[in-house]
Parts: sequence; structure tokens; C-alpha cells
Amino acid sequence: MRRAAVWAALGAYAALASNGVAAGEEIIQLIDAPGRELTAASCVTCHSLDYIPMNAPLMSRGSWEKTVHKMIDKFGAPIRPEDIDQILAYLTANYAG
Amino acid sequence: MTFGSSLKMKIFVHDATGSHCERRGNCVLSMRVRTRSGNINMLTRRKWIAASTGTLMLGALGSARGADSSPSANAPDDVLIALPGKKPLIKRSFRPPNFETPLADLRSRFTANEAFFVRYHLAVIPEIDARTWRLRVGGPSTARPLVLSLDDLKRGFERISLAAINQCSGNRRSLFTPRVPGVQWGNGAMGHATWSGVRLRDVLRRCGVLTDALEVVLDGADGAVLPQTPDFQKSLPIERALDENTLIAFEMNGRPLPHFNGAPARLIVPGWTATYWVKHLTDIRVQPQPFDGFWMKGAYRIPTGAFPGARFTSQETPETTPITQILVNSLVTAPSPDARLAHNRPAQLCGWAWDGGTGISAVDISMDGGVNWRGAALDKDLGRFAWRGFRYALDTSRPGPLAIRVRATSRGGEQQPEKLTVNPGGYHDNKILSLALEVA
Repeated sequence: MRRAAVWAALGAYAALASNGVAAGEEIIQLIDAPGRELTAASCVTCHSLDYIPMNAPLMSRGSWEKTVHKMIDKFGAPIRPEDIDQILAYLTANYAG
Repeated sequence: MTFGSSLKMKIFVHDATGSHCERRGNCVLSMRVRTRSGNINMLTRRKWIAASTGTLMLGALGSARGADSSPSANAPDDVLIALPGKKPLIKRSFRPPNFETPLADLRSRFTANEAFFVRYHLAVIPEIDARTWRLRVGGPSTARPLVLSLDDLKRGFERISLAAINQCSGNRRSLFTPRVPGVQWGNGAMGHATWSGVRLRDVLRRCGVLTDALEVVLDGADGAVLPQTPDFQKSLPIERALDENTLIAFEMNGRPLPHFNGAPARLIVPGWTATYWVKHLTDIRVQPQPFDGFWMKGAYRIPTGAFPGARFTSQETPETTPITQILVNSLVTAPSPDARLAHNRPAQLCGWAWDGGTGISAVDISMDGGVNWRGAALDKDLGRFAWRGFRYALDTSRPGPLAIRVRATSRGGEQQPEKLTVNPGGYHDNKILSLALEVA
């Protein structure tokens, strides 16, 4: 179910970027661990998920916290306050240096 | 995921035409990759290098970690992917598209349009029909607004061509110590091209620029997925906008701008970093007050006074100021970083040097850790915004390691520094180059 939701989200945004820009983006798969679907769905609206592994080696919980809040405060990411902890836990456990 | 797992690719070696570096002795050939169907597809750098013998099987690209967790400049797992109209480039991110030019494509004097790097901040990038495209020019500090078609631009103003470096502010960010978040660019978020178009100054003058003009705000057609995300808009000081070398360009290397490099028209700000070179231009606004958009006030800023270069005083605070001019810098294009040089065979060190608009006066090479320096031969000067080729014969008479340092000096007297000036954005990496090669 949750996986289906992620693919639905990916599909929707692939349609948004239907000018071919994101062709091939589906090869990016985040590490399968608790929080993956929520994290993917929160980020993939505005950008491909490769931004996460690209920065992983230099990230910590603190820098992910800064990044997530930048996405919400500066870029208007529609992330619910109650979801932030789970997203941070997933990113810190799987994508920190 | 096993995307593309059974794809076969033909690899063939060709002459890199137009290179400044002679192809003899130890010089390195570049490679071009095509699938049988003619579509250019993806392969990792390791496979690219390993593939020089003929046909390779493209294996599974693996998980996101396998494909993307090694962001350093020459990471073996760099993935090469071709966007429509482009040849395979190093994929940094799919959406927005950020694709870097491989070193092999930086060996020619002018970077090919299809190899030129791609950099976007926001994911919605419309295909624009050049016939219906319009450029709106006006704002409170002009006497009369104008709406121009591409034909109006081409027929109504003097045509100007100039050679200039286009370099992303964050080029080489992945080489920073300590590491800095952001797109993890290696050496290839830059290129060199001849840009053709009209002077921004001539267009603005037709609108009648008023004496209170302070900044010129530039907006392109690319935009964000969400309405609340700040649109990518930049501003220039009025003096820089009225500089005779600031252009609205519609051609790159004699051909219409590629879609992913800003078709049908983009701004050219020679000597300044590419953040100001707004693509897919739609609106130009002259105004009497500082522009307060996010991409000026919240991004592309450096510590005030930390670097040389033009000041942008209307955007400056005591703490930070916008990045402006490109700093003097150099790039070695051959031998490649992992080359082993044959004992007693001629070998040339080749590359490019450039700066923010004074031109290059010298490139010096040290073989002893920076104690003694000798001048490299410089290629002809293509103009003060162009990069300049350099060549230096390497001594291969003794087997063993070669520790090489490369340092460019500008006509303005700036020189590549020993050390990086650390800054939060990861900008302006122009430290002296260090290369380790092996003679065997």
C-alpha cells in the first residue's frame, strides 16, 4: 500500500515534469528502511531523490535538520510538522556520513 | 532495480578534433559511446574507462547508494547520462537537471554545445517556441516598456560575439575540505563558448533608463513545481547591466542555444559566475531599489571582504555579499589524473587558465612542491573573458612519481592561492592545482 502511494506520487510528478527532463529518474531507489516512503513522498515533489545520496557522506542529523527546515521555510515544502522527526530519523540512519 | 541491465554498448575511440593539446607521445584519447540504436545512454565512469576494448555489458546500476554515494570529482561510480540533445554527461541530479561536463569534453578549445554542462535550480523547464517567445523589458526605472520577439532582437540591434567562460559558482564543490552540502560538482560545471547576441545595454537604452536605476532584475521561463517556492530571479548592479560585454545571447558556438542551456535567449555576463547568466529570459526589469528575491538575499553569497572581485554594494551586508567575478583558476586536461607516463617518451601537460575578465598573463609549473616555478607556453589569446591554453613538456627521463603543481596568474595581478578560503556555499575553489603522476 505505502509503496503504491510512493509510486503514485512519482507518477504524478513524472507527469508534472513531462517534458522529458526527469527521464531515467526511476532508477533512484532510497534504502529500504522505516520512513522511506514518507521521506520519498516529502522530497520527490520538487526534486529527484538523488539529492539525498549525493550529499549523504557529508551529512549528520544536525545538517539534515537544517536542510529539512530550509526546504520547509525557504522553499515551501508541504511537510507536516509531525512528520519531521520520522524523516530526520530515516535520513540520519541511512544517509549520514 | 535492473534498469538497462542487458544494454549493449559499442565503444569506439575517435580523434578529439579541435583540441589545443597535441595528440602524440603520452597524450590521452577521448572516447565517445553510442548504443546500437543510436541512443546515447548511461554508464559509470569505471565502466567507461574499462570499456576501451570494444563491447561492454552494462550491469545493473544498483541501489541509489551504489550509483550515487561517491560524489567526488573523479568518482568511479559517476553515472553518465544523455539528456535530449546532449551527449552523455555526468549526472549529479535528474530533476532539476544538473549534469556535468566530463574532463574528456573539456579538452577542446570551445566546449561543444552538446557537451556543455547543465544547471537548474527548479524543476519546471518549459520547451519554448522561439517564434512565439517574447521578452518583456521595462520596470519603474525605465521611460517606456518594450516587448521584443526574437526577430526584433536579431534585426533591431547590433550583433555582438565574444568568447567567454561560463562557470558555475559551485564548480569543484566536491573537492572542498571540509565538505559542503549542495550539488557535488567536480571540475566540469564550466565550459567555454563563443556567445552571440545583442548588448543588454542597447536594449535597455531603447526603454530609456532613468537616472534612479539601481539594479536590473532578470527572470527566465523556468519555474518551481510549487507556487510557494521562490522563482529563480537574479539581479545585476546597473553598471554591470550597462557594461558593453553584458549580452542577451541567442547563439552558442554559432548555433541556436540548446534547450538545456537557455533557449531561445539567455543573459551572458562575461567574467561573472554563471548564476547571473539567466536562461530562457522572459522579463528584464530596471528598478531603483535592491531586489529582495531569495536567490539574491538567501543564496549565492560569500563572506564580505573574503575574496577579490567586483563588489555588489546594493546587495551587501556587513556579513555577506553576492558572489560576483570568477577568480583566477586553471584546469589540467591532459594527462588524465590516473595516467602512467612511459619512461623516456615525450609527455605534455596541457590545460586551460582563466579569470574574471583581465586575461591570463602566466601559468607556472612546479615539480618540487612549489619551491621553483617555470613558465608554461601559452596558446594565443582569444580575449580577456576566454580561457587560455597552456602546455608544458614533462620530464619522463626518470622513472618514479611526478608531483606537479600548476598556478595561473591574471593580468590583473591575481594568482591562484595556496589554500582554499572556506565559505559555507562551497564557492570559489581556485587553489593551486596538485597532481600526482607516475613515470614507469
